[in-house]
Amino acid sequence: MTLSASNAAAVERDAAAPLLKVENLAVEFGPVEKPLRVVDGVGFSIPAGGALGIVGESGSGKSITSLAIMGLIPSPPGRIVSGRVEFEGVDLLGLPRSRMPDIRGRDIAMIFQEPMSSLNPVMTIGDQIGEAIKLHEETTREERRARVIELLKLVGMPDPAKRIGAFPHQFSGGMRQRVMIAMAVACNPRLLIADEPTTALDVTIQAQVLELMKEVRRRLNTAVLLISHDLGVVADIADRVVVMYAGRVVEDGDVRAIFKRPGHPYTRGLLQSVPRLDDDRRRLYQIPGAVPLPGTVKAGCPFYARCPDRIDKCAKAMPPMFTLAPGQSAACWVSAGATS
Amino acid sequence: MSASEDLITIAGLGKTFSDGGGLTFTRPTGGVRAVDGVSFSVKRGETLALVSESGCGKSTLGRLLLRLIEPTDGSVTIEGRDLTALTPKEMRAMRARMQMIFQDPYGSLSPRRTVAEIVAEPLEVFGLVKGSRNKRERVAELLEQVGLSPTFMDRYPRQFSGGQRQRIGIARAISVNPQFIVADEPVSALDVSVQAQIVNLMQDLQEQRHFSYLFIAHDLSVVRHIADRVAVMYLGRIVELGPKARIYGQPSHPYTQALLSAVPEPDPDAPKARIILSGDVPSPANVPSGCSFHTRCPIAEDICRTTRPPLAETVPGHFAACHFAKPNPIPVKPAASALQIETTVESSLP
Repeated sequence: MTLSASNAAAVERDAAAPLLKVENLAVEFGPVEKPLRVVDGVGFSIPAGGALGIVGESGSGKSITSLAIMGLIPSPPGRIVSGRVEFEGVDLLGLPRSRMPDIRGRDIAMIFQEPMSSLNPVMTIGDQIGEAIKLHEETTREERRARVIELLKLVGMPDPAKRIGAFPHQFSGGMRQRVMIAMAVACNPRLLIADEPTTALDVTIQAQVLELMKEVRRRLNTAVLLISHDLGVVADIADRVVVMYAGRVVEDGDVRAIFKRPGHPYTRGLLQSVPRLDDDRRRLYQIPGAVPLPGTVKAGCPFYARCPDRIDKCAKAMPPMFTLAPGQSAACWVSAGATS
Repeated sequence: MSASEDLITIAGLGKTFSDGGGLTFTRPTGGVRAVDGVSFSVKRGETLALVSESGCGKSTLGRLLLRLIEPTDGSVTIEGRDLTALTPKEMRAMRARMQMIFQDPYGSLSPRRTVAEIVAEPLEVFGLVKGSRNKRERVAELLEQVGLSPTFMDRYPRQFSGGQRQRIGIARAISVNPQFIVADEPVSALDVSVQAQIVNLMQDLQEQRHFSYLFIAHDLSVVRHIADRVAVMYLGRIVELGPKARIYGQPSHPYTQALLSAVPEPDPDAPKARIILSGDVPSPANVPSGCSFHTRCPIAEDICRTTRPPLAETVPGHFAACHFAKPNPIPVKPAASALQIETTVESSLP
């Protein structure tokens, strides 16, 4: 195990010319005089066609990170205070606001947890998917109709030519999520951001949607940024995983490394507390305490108060990301070899 | 206390919701049969898990057991007394022995009452405390038992996280020393680390107080850690019921097998031979003929479309409602065995 400290950029050396590269991203909410930092120093990258999962519990800053990438942080009260979001070499944060709508939907598309509230209830699904195409491409009505049917076929909608005139309320939750995915991939985006795409769905429907997302990725070579609290969903889809805690990245690595040899005590705790089918423990492992509220950790590691491995040093200084193995790094003094 | 003694027994329990028929533009459809002919019993100190997807009637069944809604047919017997035959006064007294924990830790606590008021309410309703000092002492004890500081007593629910609110709801439920608790998806809305804390707390309380749970869940993963027996429901009927080890080891109804295989495992090398059911759960207003699962079942044959299979005992204590019931009825390609988590992980745990 190499113990050299490295910054986020060095970790990404293996990703030649990443599609998306986030560096040192920080987002604050609230008044400028008394800001709450909810995302702090976040960095990761995704190669073209890759799949990265961001794992974290409520309040870890994972959704805010994805909104920041899309330029969708509500401002006020929120603002991006530092960092770069590079997409195909262009810093999205440096672009004029008027350019973002071009990129959103065409190059980067997003699907959300709530398929009902993300669809327009008074527009047919055909018109909604068609609108996504119309916004970004010169097409005739007939061309669009053919494309929409093609897309509905891709997402496994039975009898697409007939369903094209139906409204969102006529579909079940799983079918609505298929419509959302069809809309998101309408312009062949290079990056699909999926924020808890299956959380509101039943487990058999979740299995269908996960298979569909993998299929779409295979067929269109779309890179996926998956945001989820569910480690099972992440293990299924991602080839790289970023673990966030209290607004920071605490571990970053290949999906196998993260799940087989987690380097950060928080990652280990999360994995151990997941109820599993292949496990007869009566008691689940539990991480003591709760996630700290933003702004309450003044110094040191944000996981200190709950950590089973903590040493004095952890309370004093925030650990940087240490490379633990090729392609795996974690922000932990103890994993990196420090002793009390 | 005998572990084999039945605390609560339901027989042929059913509920049809009528569609009202009051609106001029709706045609009467004969109603929705949400729960249909369900029979089982829960033993003292036992946890029976009730698992199904949305719209299959599991919450309705939980409420029928507590007589929070009136059954259309069938009976609920607790300690030999038929709940449906009790007078309103007798029913009121019975309520102290049966409590409920709700799914939504935000919607199930009144935002305008303090924690002390919320937790003490059942005690007051049943006249189990007298005087405000006595009441505060009892609330303090209860809060400690659910892992909350008694100093939180005068705060309001909005000042707590989801997990803490769920603890408040549990304190309220156990305040009157119930014998039977219906927990309706108590951890579904919680983060994974908080889920583990609540599941462990519920088990600790059960060990101390020997009550029984009906633990309602929408997937099988959490259930494995808390249940003694598992009942799987599909469109208002029990399709499989058995001891935990049988349900997880030899699921004998294709729906149970599919539910098990749909749970994403936190392991990138987990066997990927997942059974993907086609389509959605049909509407309970329009239940398919024969076996109601036949529209999604990968092994359905002609008989399944015409004849409903009874819930039959396959081995003692293990029941399945399938014409082709046998362990793992859906054939799947054998997948490469999953790698074990490396021992370094195990040894580094506290």
